[in-house]
Amino acid sequence: MTTPMRRLAGAARRLTTPLLPEDYLTLINPLWSAADPRGRIEAVRHEAPGAASLLIRPGTGWPGHRPGQWLKIGVDIGGVRHWRTFSLSSPPRPDGRLTITVKAAGRVSGHLVHAIRPGTIVRIAPADGDFVLPDPVPERLLFLTAGSGITPVMAMLRHLARGTMPDTVLIHSARTEDDVIFGAELRELARSRPAFRLHERHTAVDGRVKPAELDDLCPGWTDRETWACGPAAMLDEIAAHWPADARRLHVERFQPVLNAAEGAEGGRVRFTASGVETDAGGATPLLEAGEGAGALLPSGCRMGICHSCVGRLRSGRVRDLRTGRVHGEEGDIIQTCVSAAAGAVEIEL
Amino acid sequence: MTDISHLTAADYEAIGRELDALRDEVFADLGEADAAYIRRVIRWQRGLEIGGRALLMASSLPPAWIAGTATLAVAKILENMEIGHNVMHGQWDWMRDPKIHSTTWEWDNVSPAEQWKHSHNVVHHTFTNILGMDKDVGYGILRVAPEQAWHPANLPQPIYNVLLAMFFEYGVAVHDLEIDKIMAGENDPEETKEKLRAIGRKIRRQWGKDYLAFPLLSGPQFAHTLAANFTANVVRNVWAHMIIFCGHFPGDVEVFGEERLDGETRGEWYVRQLLGSVDISGGRVLHLMSGNLSHQIEHHLFPDMPSNRHAQIAPRVRALCEKYGLPYHTGPLTRQVGSTWKKIVRYAFPGPRGVVPAPRPKAKPPVAA
Repeated sequence: MTTPMRRLAGAARRLTTPLLPEDYLTLINPLWSAADPRGRIEAVRHEAPGAASLLIRPGTGWPGHRPGQWLKIGVDIGGVRHWRTFSLSSPPRPDGRLTITVKAAGRVSGHLVHAIRPGTIVRIAPADGDFVLPDPVPERLLFLTAGSGITPVMAMLRHLARGTMPDTVLIHSARTEDDVIFGAELRELARSRPAFRLHERHTAVDGRVKPAELDDLCPGWTDRETWACGPAAMLDEIAAHWPADARRLHVERFQPVLNAAEGAEGGRVRFTASGVETDAGGATPLLEAGEGAGALLPSGCRMGICHSCVGRLRSGRVRDLRTGRVHGEEGDIIQTCVSAAAGAVEIEL
Repeated sequence: MTDISHLTAADYEAIGRELDALRDEVFADLGEADAAYIRRVIRWQRGLEIGGRALLMASSLPPAWIAGTATLAVAKILENMEIGHNVMHGQWDWMRDPKIHSTTWEWDNVSPAEQWKHSHNVVHHTFTNILGMDKDVGYGILRVAPEQAWHPANLPQPIYNVLLAMFFEYGVAVHDLEIDKIMAGENDPEETKEKLRAIGRKIRRQWGKDYLAFPLLSGPQFAHTLAANFTANVVRNVWAHMIIFCGHFPGDVEVFGEERLDGETRGEWYVRQLLGSVDISGGRVLHLMSGNLSHQIEHHLFPDMPSNRHAQIAPRVRALCEKYGLPYHTGPLTRQVGSTWKKIVRYAFPGPRGVVPAPRPKAKPPVAA
């Protein structure tokens, strides 16, 4: 912001104290908020059984994104705000709009796919994530995806298809042909762009793709920079078999590996800054326990990757729900979305 | 004073259970309609404020001055009472909207939210009507119950009360400073200094807006706009003072000694709130403009229950009072205001004789079958 603009904004704040000018401006247009960025759902497009793309017009000050990144969106259901993370399926568009593609799996995603109506205002955070294309784009690329793991890759493919498409292979698995999200668009892309090769695998018929099959499906695959996104089991298998001399492998995990570990004990959790106390089960993330008790906690991906939710541990120990490991000493920074109480816990949030 | 010595320990337990169940029932039912309610009130309040301020851009014209001042006063009342007070109680925290949340809300009042939340939510709501602990009993300067010791300084208290009403927000601001502790030298001077600095910052901002920025914007009408904003603040202060004083002072409302707190059960806590709070009967406009503190009893039973639900539970709380032979203090605004003033005038003078804060009879032991 330039200095005169900043002065003007400062003067406007004197008129609206203790609120912000935008608290009044959003009465006219709810998208005019920089402190509490929002977007308007403009369209909901059905993509496959239980999957839909939401076209969102972001409000002022949303900084944009890179293809492959994810977006945290806050949606009110039954009057209560829920934040979830979804992959952006659009590349940056000239009209500034964006799309996320959602597969109905839980209460929030189900609401977004089946219940939300165009015109709804949602909260949006800046896009994040490093599952992105490097600059410059490599000459040869390989994408390994399954199910809704196609969504961040779709943003990259759409971005690549805008220019001279590099040599690109996509090996995508879905249960049946009809379950392929963006199926028609992918097949059309493969038909019209010779540089793009698509291998569709319908797992209901042919089973899962094994790493050993890669030689047949994509000869010379070790020479391609690779992006993989899909269920944890598939990613673990790929990562375990990735040769040391192959090109770089980028992995995006959608679901945390949450083990309801043996001996999970839970305990009394105190959020010291919020002044909220609650009893949390041994398999309940501290974040959920706190939110359930009314604390307003920072949150992000809810799967242990973005560290938006971290807080300093004042006392007690926590269990990492991904590994089952019990850890924690005073002063440790704890990810509340993947940590459960192992006994009484105090956290400075 | 109503005799409630008939209540047994089992009765207290049942009262606690029934009121807990009522609370759970309402909280389980909160949803979209409630969220839409508070957002609608906030939208209306902000619209009214813009409207009032806009009218005052012509404040040299008497009709615009009157309409603008009235609109701004209504906006300020809604902001402090139905919105600010209730949001800062955490009534809307369940929505998880950081814009409408007790931890982030700041109100249009010289009392900083942080300090008000302590003196009000913690001190007043926990120790309601306990003499010497609930600083809201007479606000440290008024004698409102015969159990409070008389002092010659109480003689001019009707005048204090008029001034307190007009400048109520300043009274609220100094409330959390705990003047009595400062006088006794029991305060932490650093903490007091920090609180005073926060109040100073808040006053500068509020005055900057109402007594400098908006008057300047209205150009040559500076003095008219300043007078209008001052009037709107005084109207809001007098109204808030009146509603709040009607909450705990009129009629047969009771105060308690500190010993009441010894081993107080959940049920006994509820009963203390019932005996120490007073409703104001009236229509929807009164309820809205009082921030639903016209349902003071319901608010004191469930301080974090969204205010739009108080009217719904009031008949059930009243029925519970009837069932257990408990008083349910309610009456029209005029009566409650009259009763409050009568007490403030009466207790400016000593007496009546022989009233000391007596320990209330504890629950009778259950009768062995």
